[in-house]
Amino acid sequence: MTSAADAARATAARPAARRRAARRSPWRRVLTKLPFWLLIALIFVYALFPFYWALRSAFTPEADLFTRPLRYFPANPTLDNFREALSTSFFQRALINSTIVAGSVTLVSLAIGSLAAYALGRFRFRGRSMVLYLMLSMTIFPQIAILGALYTMVNDFHLYDRLGALVFSYLIFTLPFTVWVLTSFMRALPGDLEEAAYVDGATPLQVFYKVLLPLIAPGLVTTGLLAFIAAWNEYLYALSFVQTPQHYTVPLAITSFVGKSGSAFQVPWGQIMAATVVVTLPLITATLVLQRRILAGLTAGAVKG
Amino acid sequence: MGSLATPAPIRRRRRTKLQRRQTRLAWLLLVPALAAVAFVAIYPLGKTVYQSFTNQEFLAGIEPTRWVGLDNYRDLWHDSIFRDSVWTTVKFTLITVAFEFVLGLVIALVVNSSFKGRGVMRAVMLVPWAIPTVVAAQMWKWMLDDVFGVVNDLGVRSHVLSHSRAWISDPSTSLASVCAVDIWKTTPFVALLLLAGLQVIPRDLYEAADVDGASKLRQFWKITLPLLQPAILVTLIFRTLDALRVFDVFYVFFGSRPDTQTMAIYDQSTIVGDGHVGYGAAVSVAIFLIISLFVVIYVTFMRVNEER
Repeated sequence: MTSAADAARATAARPAARRRAARRSPWRRVLTKLPFWLLIALIFVYALFPFYWALRSAFTPEADLFTRPLRYFPANPTLDNFREALSTSFFQRALINSTIVAGSVTLVSLAIGSLAAYALGRFRFRGRSMVLYLMLSMTIFPQIAILGALYTMVNDFHLYDRLGALVFSYLIFTLPFTVWVLTSFMRALPGDLEEAAYVDGATPLQVFYKVLLPLIAPGLVTTGLLAFIAAWNEYLYALSFVQTPQHYTVPLAITSFVGKSGSAFQVPWGQIMAATVVVTLPLITATLVLQRRILAGLTAGAVKG
Repeated sequence: MGSLATPAPIRRRRRTKLQRRQTRLAWLLLVPALAAVAFVAIYPLGKTVYQSFTNQEFLAGIEPTRWVGLDNYRDLWHDSIFRDSVWTTVKFTLITVAFEFVLGLVIALVVNSSFKGRGVMRAVMLVPWAIPTVVAAQMWKWMLDDVFGVVNDLGVRSHVLSHSRAWISDPSTSLASVCAVDIWKTTPFVALLLLAGLQVIPRDLYEAADVDGASKLRQFWKITLPLLQPAILVTLIFRTLDALRVFDVFYVFFGSRPDTQTMAIYDQSTIVGDGHVGYGAAVSVAIFLIISLFVVIYVTFMRVNEER
């Protein structure tokens, strides 16, 4: 919506800009544009170099990684690091575990959250803004503040060292966020459709899943992805509630690689970087594919809040 | 909303009935979410506060749990390790938020000017945000390696450094090295939030200023900055709160090395490592209060600004 308006404005502004540019000599134009492009290039390199370095290290044989001078491009590229990382049993399990945990947290949050968002976004009732404030304050809730209580609760429920402990505790940051963002999506929908459905004799619940839910499907995808990423990346609770390597999630596994000899002196950086590439690639792909929607979701959660 | 052309008295009666029914339904829809929040957040918070007044240990049988009043808080007041961890966290917060804000604003301004490849640029900026903090920390830990790290290599080759340094283990650079990771990972995100704020500012304002002959710098101070203020404040709040509870980067870099502990790490190692649930709860409450203090400061600042 705004981008269309932007484009319109930009075309309107262009003649003036062109006139101004033509007045300057070509040399001055290059000179004034050069710092700008240098800055852009600098930002690019700054943002992407660490990824390049991870890729380069993942494809470099272990022996070459630990020789100096450093090579900036793998001379003998190899897949050995990937093969070894992926054949490590706890890393394999971690990929599955993280998918299970993040997937179920996301689904539960979306199910509960969309119902709440329906109430908060489409109904007017006393206490509505109070609930909204509660949800907003929960989104900035420091997780560390309840670690002790959750730790004892997890033990009381016999969930210690089980994935269930993580599904349960991750709700604290995925659910309020989901409610908050989905509410803003719900509120943005026009009222006529709903009224038409009511006139046709639909019940509120029918309106919810036959009219509103399909309309906010893009919002569900965005919010779901954001919740999934948050759960996939979580470290503090995973570190505290899980002990055996078979139950590790991805962040735990990434920090647990040990060299072949089992010694702590030689950290297997090649394998670690290969694992890094494996876990970030799906996230990066999903982010790039859905970048517009993610931006919309993030700004709905932050700037407009 | 209520624009249906029905006779007034009927409409009113129907509305109140409808309203009552709507209210009931709304609360019904909210039950699962509120129950979940109560169970995973509000109850644990209350339980934490209660635990902080006890001497609870994780391993039962060491000592029976009993009420100890304010003992934990008194100990905490004299706990120099905790005080150091607060100081480390605050330093980290001030450094990273300042850098992220200034760099983020520069990047946002650059990307806001229309140029070819702006879309690519925005996509690139999302990438560091999307990856796990633990992964970012591992990538940088390897880059900062004292012998085979690329940072030392580039520094020595370009003669910026006279010799390789142990960035992470050297106490004089350890804080800077964690800050570098956080700044790298979060600056693009800050830039994106500010960019969203920039795009709401109407272009006509700048055109009018151009006509009036105001310089670009003057336009920035008089138009951009004042109109961007709401976005700036929200961004700063979110970043500050995030930075104050930092755990992942520090833990990956240092484990629970005492000289570079954050509040969150000290709390986690007290509760999970040592099993001192009661004392750890007091630390949690202290962290909660410190973070709330920052929220209060920001919110009053915002309100004062609104009134002006």
